[in-house]
Amino acid sequence: MSRIGVFVCWCGENIARTVDVDRVVEEVAKLPGVRCAVNYKYMCSDPGQTMIREKIASEKLDGVVVASCSPHMHLKTFRKAAQTAGLNPYLLEVANIREQCSWVHSDRDEATEKAIELIRMAVAKVKNNHALQPIKVPVTRRAMVVGGGVAGIQAALDIADAGYEVVMVEREPSIGGKMAGLSETFPTLDCSQCILTPRMVDVGQHPRIKLYTYSEVEAVDGFVGNFEVTIRQKARYVDITKCTGCGECSKACPLKKNKSEFDFGMGSRSAIYMPFPQAVPARPVIDKNVCAMLTRGKCGVCAKKCAAGAINYKDEDKLVKEKVGAVVLATGYKLYSIGKQDGKIAGYGEYGYGMYKDVIDSLQFERLLSASGPTNGEVKRPSDGKTPKNVVFISCVGSRDNAKGLTYCSKICCMYTAKHTMLYKHKVHDGQAHVFYMDIRSAGKNYDEFVRRAIEQDGAKYYRGRVSKITEQNGKLIVRGADTLAGTPVTVEADLVVLAAAMRPADGVTELAQKLNVGCDQFGFLMESHPKLRPVETNTAGVYICGAAQAPKDIPESVAQASAAASKVQITLSAAELTREPEIARINEKTCAACFRCFEACPYHAIEKAEVRNRKGELVKRTARVNAGLCMGCGTCVSICPSKNADIEGFTEQETYAMIESLI
Amino acid sequence: MEFCVDNFMSATMQSDSISLLESLAQTKFADCYQCGKCTAGCPRSAHMDKTPNQIVRMVQLGEVDAALKTDAIWQCVSCETCTARCPKNVDCAAVIDALRQVSYERGMTSKQQAAVVLFQKAFLDSVRRNGRVNEVEMIAQYKLEGFAAMRRLGFLFEGAMLAPRLQMHHKLHLIGEKVRNRDLVRRIFARCMDGKE
Amino acid sequence: MNLGYYPGCALHGSSDDYQQSLKACFGALDVSLKELDDWICCGATAAHTLNHKLSIALPARNLALAAQQGCEELVAPCSMCSLQLKKAQKAISGDALLAAEMSRIVEAKPDGARVLNLIEALERVGLETIKTAVKAPLKDLKVACYYGCLLTRPPKVAEFDDCEQPESMERIVAALGATPVAWNYKTECCGAGMTMADEDTVLELSQKILADAAAHGAQSVVVACPMCHVNLDMKQSAIEARYGTKFGMTIYYLCDLVGLALGLAPKTLGINRHFAGRIA
Repeated sequence: MSRIGVFVCWCGENIARTVDVDRVVEEVAKLPGVRCAVNYKYMCSDPGQTMIREKIASEKLDGVVVASCSPHMHLKTFRKAAQTAGLNPYLLEVANIREQCSWVHSDRDEATEKAIELIRMAVAKVKNNHALQPIKVPVTRRAMVVGGGVAGIQAALDIADAGYEVVMVEREPSIGGKMAGLSETFPTLDCSQCILTPRMVDVGQHPRIKLYTYSEVEAVDGFVGNFEVTIRQKARYVDITKCTGCGECSKACPLKKNKSEFDFGMGSRSAIYMPFPQAVPARPVIDKNVCAMLTRGKCGVCAKKCAAGAINYKDEDKLVKEKVGAVVLATGYKLYSIGKQDGKIAGYGEYGYGMYKDVIDSLQFERLLSASGPTNGEVKRPSDGKTPKNVVFISCVGSRDNAKGLTYCSKICCMYTAKHTMLYKHKVHDGQAHVFYMDIRSAGKNYDEFVRRAIEQDGAKYYRGRVSKITEQNGKLIVRGADTLAGTPVTVEADLVVLAAAMRPADGVTELAQKLNVGCDQFGFLMESHPKLRPVETNTAGVYICGAAQAPKDIPESVAQASAAASKVQITLSAAELTREPEIARINEKTCAACFRCFEACPYHAIEKAEVRNRKGELVKRTARVNAGLCMGCGTCVSICPSKNADIEGFTEQETYAMIESLI
Repeated sequence: MEFCVDNFMSATMQSDSISLLESLAQTKFADCYQCGKCTAGCPRSAHMDKTPNQIVRMVQLGEVDAALKTDAIWQCVSCETCTARCPKNVDCAAVIDALRQVSYERGMTSKQQAAVVLFQKAFLDSVRRNGRVNEVEMIAQYKLEGFAAMRRLGFLFEGAMLAPRLQMHHKLHLIGEKVRNRDLVRRIFARCMDGKE
Repeated sequence: MNLGYYPGCALHGSSDDYQQSLKACFGALDVSLKELDDWICCGATAAHTLNHKLSIALPARNLALAAQQGCEELVAPCSMCSLQLKKAQKAISGDALLAAEMSRIVEAKPDGARVLNLIEALERVGLETIKTAVKAPLKDLKVACYYGCLLTRPPKVAEFDDCEQPESMERIVAALGATPVAWNYKTECCGAGMTMADEDTVLELSQKILADAAAHGAQSVVVACPMCHVNLDMKQSAIEARYGTKFGMTIYYLCDLVGLALGLAPKTLGINRHFAGRIA
């Protein structure tokens, strides 16, 4: 005979206002198997938990039902309390009489009846519960960071400084990300590279960081604590162990007019090139699509010039495997491309980007401002190299635009636009900056003062209104906008137009996310587990996200999130073994027919095809087997198994049917 | 001047008018976040008494009467640039149309814009009579009604210099065409405009 | 090829040079245009300005006629007519209540014919077909392709070309051997129906169009709408007088150019009835 204890919570007024908790206790006490039933104002409080523990001891309970708020809130709290009192925690169930009852109904009688029924179901379930033990999974105490921008760098350094080995995978030939290409950062106007490159060097020299640059994640196998990642090291055609970084190859290369990726097309580079002078690693790479030797078998000048003999035209992609226990995705962003893109996101034909040379985007303007940029930090028009005297900055290009397809606010543009006006003014003293904006979003520390400085001290003209069209006439860009505050259209004849394009997730992120079973939102940003309380975790255990890959954000936020992700990684790697909740699938291997429909259906690839052999090693039968580390307990295998051999511990068919039968 | 909601219509009348306008324009006023892109692209905004975004704003605030009385709604040339570029998919051109339709129906059209209103009226009247526009007949009505409203002799003769050239190129058709089923045309007009049937 | 034909009031009125050109051109392309019997005015600006129901009902009556007369494709060379017909079609197809009401008002079901503006009609004939039929390529003709407002806007109704940087007319003009210039006022408004009631507006807006075309090296402008033609052609001398600039630009209908390239004489196409510029 069961000895179940039922504890009904008032949750202050949240439950008690609608549900008659006294009557509930009266009724459920009559249920067969219920030893005691009490109610209390706040079950989750210390006295409430103490009550549960004391009753478990005094009434020798073998099962507990707490009727309270959602199990998401306090299931763990109550189970811990039960465990302390010596009861297996999985013999405790929560009946949700708040979110599923008192918060959604107003009729007191009906709500009370429903609460009683919910508890009746929970009691029926608990009677059928088995005691379960948590699952232990071994942990590879190494981490991987995908993405070498400021977020990835911060995460890698934090994890490595904490004593763990980190494998960093970066797609470009150098780490540094977008921040390495910025001129100065808001609100301090620190030189971007000056504050980043020390960190980059730290990463490059750290004894515990293994850096793969010009590499991408090819495949991921395994589960939390036990990932095996296949990395594709793309062919550089330069042996970076031999290369001294002298730069003679780039100087000698005859093909100098290729659009530089680092300068976002504003400058040129040779076919063999160092991404930028402060690159880590400071080694060149050959662009195999333009190199004469690699495409036509001619030239070879760089190899002749190389004193170290580091050029290798026969280089090939290599696949390397690394075992890690946790993965951090810090893949960063790219800018909205303004022209039409992938059919779903419309472009801005009205702004002439791509048609008019002097209409550029914000990252391109950063390169013009940067002292190490293609114009050595002088602001020059791309069309004729003249100094622009009137520069128009347009905010919200691509963002906050339902008609074009990206509805979100890109967060950083108001701030960097103000910064652009200030940097422009500092370089061109007689220049005039014009900004067309809808709102100013400057919510960080010293941010609003920064924007006001741009307007009040550096003379930027701000017009509140969007721009409808840009045309080119006699070398000038005619910008037709509006100022809704004065109620008038505003036309500016500009020498240069800078479009503050929206931040979007980097290319290839959706494919990478799929390899790791991480979700993306409708815009392609990586999905956090909970927007408020779990911003750096994902729904896949062991995979964490940080930085602009998760949502548009600035450098301080990216760095903060990176450290947050690093701390989560350290939790995962903190012990040699990981404990997982045992509420996962279980397959009866004796009677499994090995049809493997569960294998096909499992979204986490957590089912293995296993063989059962006898003592002689002969094959007895095949069976499906659950990988306890990967299984997330979704129940798909249970519903698909035609022979009813799959079940979920803690939510078995028997328990579920008991709940249903208790209602009939 | 303060915008006091009570000064204009009573609350019920306001919300009725707003619902009417929204159903005519098939667009929600609340969607507009006043970015001004419509005003920026409007070829007439520099000449308007209220710019397109201001017109929408007035309706958002319940100032429907004021919007109905503006010159701006009649200055609009229906180029649809505002609608094409609106980032919130607000059909701004349809909003202006809706305001024109209600303004005309309630006899609230701006006096300064009489010429525009009377031109459209003369056009529709000609269609109502014949099923197709008879240009000479339409212009005659426009000129007479316009003169009666504006009392400006010059109005009668504006554009008259074009007539000889039109005649020279055989473009002046004194007698217009009439469709056969004019009765149906009249019934269509009656059902739409006079509320009959 | 047989296509239905909805002229609209302008093409039977003071813009019947457009109809003359259209018929000659399509005749040369072996396309027979069957005029919709007893068609009525589409309502144009006046209807959508003064009465919402009427602005749908008048086009709906014409769509009903098209359905009754077995017309599947309806060429509407006036861009206002083509837009109003498309607008009514879209409104009716998306709203069953409205469809029922319109059926009651026009006393027939306004089922869809596919409405084609002039450019769509020529594309229907086929760019390759036109190219092969060219006998007298229009070399040395630098022309600005002017779309005006209603061919491409609003994009969700017109569903034609790109409303910011359209290229459909340029493709046809290039196929005829002429040189379409790149210019800034492809889709800017000419002043539309304000010709009589607000002449100042038309003169101001149309002047900008002609000036920009000239500034970009165009000798003439090609249009696909009778209203645009009136404002740029008939009002050209008034524009020149007001702004003190001589333009002397021929304003062609697109079918004028197609007809000329096919070897038709300017007089056959009615080009001699234009007001401004030289004959060709």
